[in-house]
Amino acid sequence: MAKLVRTDEEALLAEAARGFLDGAAPVSRLRNMRDSGETADPGLWKAMVEMGWAGILVPEAAGGSDMGHAAACVLAGEMGKTLASSPFISTAVIAATALRQVSDRRATEALGRIAAGQATYALAVDEGAKFDPANTRMEARADGNGFRLNGEKRFVVDGGNADRLLVLARTGNGLTLFDIPSGREGVSRERRATIDSRDTADIRFDEVVATGEDVLGQVDDAMTVLKPALEAGQAALAAEMAGLAAGAFGMTVEYLKERKQFGVPIGAFQALQHRAAHLWCECEVTASAIMHAGRMLDDDPGNASLAVSLAKARATDTAQRAVQEGVQMHGGIGMTDAFDMGFYMKRARVAAEWLGDYGYHANIVAQARGF
Amino acid sequence: MEATEPEAFRGELRAWLEDNCPDEMRDGRNDEASICWGGKNWKFASDAQRTWLERCVTKGYTVPTWPVEYGGAGLNREQEKIFHDEMRRLNARYPLQSFGIWMLGPALLHFGTHEQKKHYLPPIARGEVRWCQGYSEPGAGSDLASLQTRCEDKGDHWLVNGQKIWTSYADKADWIFALVRTDRDAPKHKGISFVLIDMQSDGVSTRPIKLISGVSPFCETFFDHVKVPKDLVVGEVNRGWDVAKYLLTHEREMISAAGGTMGAGRPLGAVLADSETGLTDPVLRADAMRAEIDGLAVGLTLERYKDQAEAGQGAGDASAMLKYMGTELNKRRLELVMAAGGSDALGWDDDRAPNWLRTKANSIEGGTSEVMLSIISKRVLGLPG
Repeated sequence: MAKLVRTDEEALLAEAARGFLDGAAPVSRLRNMRDSGETADPGLWKAMVEMGWAGILVPEAAGGSDMGHAAACVLAGEMGKTLASSPFISTAVIAATALRQVSDRRATEALGRIAAGQATYALAVDEGAKFDPANTRMEARADGNGFRLNGEKRFVVDGGNADRLLVLARTGNGLTLFDIPSGREGVSRERRATIDSRDTADIRFDEVVATGEDVLGQVDDAMTVLKPALEAGQAALAAEMAGLAAGAFGMTVEYLKERKQFGVPIGAFQALQHRAAHLWCECEVTASAIMHAGRMLDDDPGNASLAVSLAKARATDTAQRAVQEGVQMHGGIGMTDAFDMGFYMKRARVAAEWLGDYGYHANIVAQARGF
Repeated sequence: MEATEPEAFRGELRAWLEDNCPDEMRDGRNDEASICWGGKNWKFASDAQRTWLERCVTKGYTVPTWPVEYGGAGLNREQEKIFHDEMRRLNARYPLQSFGIWMLGPALLHFGTHEQKKHYLPPIARGEVRWCQGYSEPGAGSDLASLQTRCEDKGDHWLVNGQKIWTSYADKADWIFALVRTDRDAPKHKGISFVLIDMQSDGVSTRPIKLISGVSPFCETFFDHVKVPKDLVVGEVNRGWDVAKYLLTHEREMISAAGGTMGAGRPLGAVLADSETGLTDPVLRADAMRAEIDGLAVGLTLERYKDQAEAGQGAGDASAMLKYMGTELNKRRLELVMAAGGSDALGWDDDRAPNWLRTKANSIEGGTSEVMLSIISKRVLGLPG
């Protein structure tokens, strides 16, 4: 496996991303979006597309830069540090990875549209309060040469604004993944105001017609396409959460140096020093799991499940610890809406649930480790 | 000469290990009773232990990364990784372990003169001389730099007086490397030297300290008018703290590696499944899953830091993090082993209870967890005070 150290290319990418995001997408941008009642920021996504980020996993032949999953994780991590809100993971990571599993002209064209910023996607998998794709109930009933989709998907991240939906449904002998436009007849989207201020929707499917053309991969065999896509998304989301933790931690350490009580900076108190130091350790350990997951997805994608679940579990744990300590160590100001830490806490909670929570991924690790 | 291409090296090494590692040495044991420590008074536990050591010595495999001229095999980092992989694949015991290999060797390689290296390293590599470490004193624990063991310049020799504590296996060691005070007027970090002392010298005596685990790996060591030759200072006189810091970093990496390699080795689930209660208790199972996740991630961090160091992005203070996380993790793991074992694990007749109790020293020896956190908060985070 490639080494657990950033390549020059990855270091440059991180530097460029940081420079761009600090200017274009500080936390205040998310705050403004929320205050204006919007759940999406098409202008920011357009700028990311111009930076080439939408095509980071798209083959060069289709107009992308094909830099790989570790690089996608680098970008997601930088986005997480300042809570940049975009459909990057849904579109550039999950949908692009799914489409790459299919080698037909239609998929290649779709990848081209992703890289060019002409299409955004959302993944419609969840039906209950927890991520559980294997127990999908929504039915795609065979109907002539095609299917009719009926049922409801919940917590469809980026689903309120996405141009296309990847929908997991039960067919005759298994699960099938459909790729349909979100405007198709019978699709009704209800936007939900989730705590992180970002785009989430519940989506109803009422006798929605799908043809064989709309099937991504093979009928009754969704997982060949979906599993790599989910793992790519889980790794990128873990990277975002690790970035989020680093962002919240950085703010907290700065505050410990600035804030004075009892005549000294509160960072001089050992009780706080040790908590901050412990949190730094947790962030470092999680960073290793993230980098490892990216490397495994690039070098040995068929065997990356353990690495990806390890990363998502660790990142979930670390991000939640970072935001809780962040609020507590900031004291009174930490609990105000005017201060940014609350945005970190809310995003951490949503990201903890998306694509599988700690327990879901801990069970995958445990299984892989013979529990 | 070793083959330089990684896969060729792996092939040659694998064949050599298959041909040369005695069957009795293929049980992977690494407990105190199974380790070959070497030294002038070493009694081999079996012919196989002796044979395995002798064969490894001829190849430099007791200290695989040391230069060939000092008894090593001169392996680079990639080859070292392959070496450990192949040893694990065969479940081979390490032929020799010692404080000479872990601690003094790296210090001499970094700070020693050519004469010191030539004189002291090969006997370590061959398992002929056993070393112990004299750092802590009754009044200098976490505040190590306040150590008071006196070392006076008497013209043609040094004269050492004082007491060390927590000197591991001092009662079995042939030599000791110790921190001593050579300037009592200088600020505390600037009057310390790193000296080598023959334990056979007149005036050196030791007394073992029994631990809660029932064993006595640590000793008190006393120096009463001990004469030491002038050329046995490593590095500059009064600059011993530099050597000490270097070695403490190294020691922390080593102790943390124990936690990390456990993660890379036998899964905790498998360890716990051996016990009668196994993993049927959902609370225990959940705790074990968390410990497994954290163990794997700490193991990867160890890898990442090694890769970074090799790429010239070394972070010395990172060793404090690895030491803290690795040892705290090790304690958690052994707590789980005890909980899974139930009343079966409460006796002295198997190694669970002693191992569990032994881990309690991990987060104290080599710098306490609290000292590690203070180091991180000051040196990494730049917090005041």
